[in-house]
This record gives sequence, C-alpha cells and structure tokens, in this order.
Amino acid sequence: MTAYRVEVRVMPRGALLDPQGEAVAHALHALGFAEVSRVRVGKHLVLEVEAPTRDEAAARARAMCDRLLANPVVEDFEVAVRNG
Amino acid sequence: MHRVAVIVFPGSNCDADTLAAARAAGSDAYYVWHRDTDLRRADIVILPGGFSYGDYLRAGAIARFSPVMSAVGAHARAGGAVLGICNGFQTLCEAGLLPGILMRNARLRFLSRPVQVRVEATDTPFTCLYERGETLELPIAHGEGRYVADQRTLAELEASGRVVWRYVRDNPNGSTDDIAGLCNAERNVVGIMPHPERRNAPVLGGSDGARVFQSMEACNATQLADRVRAVGDSQLRV
Repeated sequence: MTAYRVEVRVMPRGALLDPQGEAVAHALHALGFAEVSRVRVGKHLVLEVEAPTRDEAAARARAMCDRLLANPVVEDFEVAVRNG
Repeated sequence: MHRVAVIVFPGSNCDADTLAAARAAGSDAYYVWHRDTDLRRADIVILPGGFSYGDYLRAGAIARFSPVMSAVGAHARAGGAVLGICNGFQTLCEAGLLPGILMRNARLRFLSRPVQVRVEATDTPFTCLYERGETLELPIAHGEGRYVADQRTLAELEASGRVVWRYVRDNPNGSTDDIAGLCNAERNVVGIMPHPERRNAPVLGGSDGARVFQSMEACNATQLADRVRAVGDSQLRV
C-alpha cells in the first residue's frame, strides 16, 4: 500500500445559478476588476488515501464522490492523484 | 393514536417543537437518536429541522448516512409515512427518498420570516385535512431552500401532482417553480421547507401548521393503513 494525495474538485454545473459565484463577481467588479466576466465557486478537497496503485486511489476517490462528496443532481467533480 | 418517531441528529434544533406538535395532535411521539437502528414500531417518522452535522459538505449530506437512516429508508419503502421538515427535507433529498436537492438561497442570505404557501396536494398523509388551494402562513428559517431538480424530474412532479406546497406572492429563496414542498411517487414521503411545527397554536402566532400533524393522525389510519398492512412488515404496526 502507498499513501497518495488525492485532490478532488467539486463544481456546480455550468447551467445552474451559482449565487456565491455571482456575489464574488459583483465584489470583484466593485474593486475595479472589470475584466472578470464570470465566477464559479466550488469545493476543493484534499484526501490522503492508502491504495495499492495510483489508479486504485483515483477509483476509490471517484467512488467517494459518487456516494458523498458531490451531489450528481447539481455538481460535477474531477479527481487528480498528486503523488505516490 | 399513532406512534411517531422524531429522529434526532447532532445539530437538530426543531426536534422538541416537532415532538410537541405531534403530541398536541394526539400522537404518541418519541425521540429516536440517530445512532439507533430501531424505530420502535413507528407508524410515522419525522426528520426535524436544524443543522445536522453543521451542514458540512452539503445540508443533510452526512446525516443521510447516520445509522438510523437505513431504518427510515426501509420504513419508507414499506409504505410508511415520512415527513422531512427543513433540514429533514434536505436529508430526504440527499438520501434519495425524494428527488432533487435544496441549494443555497438565490440571494445568499439566511431567511427567517413568515411566508405564504398554497396547499397543492391533499392526498398525502400530512395534508389530508387541508383544502386544495388553501393559503397558509408558515415561517421559514433556512439558508439552503432553493429547490433544484433536472427538467425531467420537474415535469414528472408537475404531471403527477407531487408538488405539495408552493410559495405564493413571493418566492423567498429562488426555488424552482416556487416549490416549497413535495412528495415521492408513492406519496408517503413528504418534504417541506417551512416549519409547520412553529405555527400550531394561536400563542405561536397562528395555527396554520397544526393540520400537518392532525392529518397524520386522521388520515394515516384510514388512507394508508391498507397499504401498510399489505406490506406485512412486522416493524409497521397499524
């Protein structure tokens, strides 16, 4: 078994209203960052996972996303294994 | 008199009001801690409002994996009545017992104030004493009440009359199609964002919510008893 650092990114689906992202975009505009046309706010999770292989660590993390970390109705996720 | 299990999660904060409202309606109501796996022969299960597990990750996302939730799922699948109020509604959605999800309010703020809702369906165990089209004043107290579901689910909810309550006059949280509460296809699992348990006596500012609890006493016996009995689940006492 090897210790892997798995990073999971959970983002609201593009078509959905993301009020947090809109609020951040408004605040950036107020600060003069007029070049920002859109902001989306998601979640970044860092997991330390014991797994026999890199692929297995990624597969387990995807299973975790399916069951708990992301809600398939409104969120998409990406899994990246950073080291190991 | 029905046995009503009020589930208590760490972070539930409407459990005592819900228990009192159920008892005021004549139910034999009692608490079941989220670590218990036995609903103690409950006829009806209520998931109360609150902030289970601090709303970490997503509201209700962690509560749905509490040990008691397998028993709640089995009770629901056997036809037993289940009501989720506010955080309980969020938990039922996360558990897949109701479709869709409740997301951050459109204007981001936590809202705690009375709203008006219209009763859209009276053929559920929690609304049978209401008139269809009746407008109620009930308080909301939530930060994540914006109902979202895919187009197919929304079409199905409308086609089968599964929207049970709808916000009228103003939609406080940006909820899709003004949905304030809904039920599953079998109509035994119901979720509502406003708090009927906070309006069940004049001293609380109104009684518009009382019939949610009176309904479960009055209707569950007559309308749902056959279905429950037919399932033959020893856990369900009619």
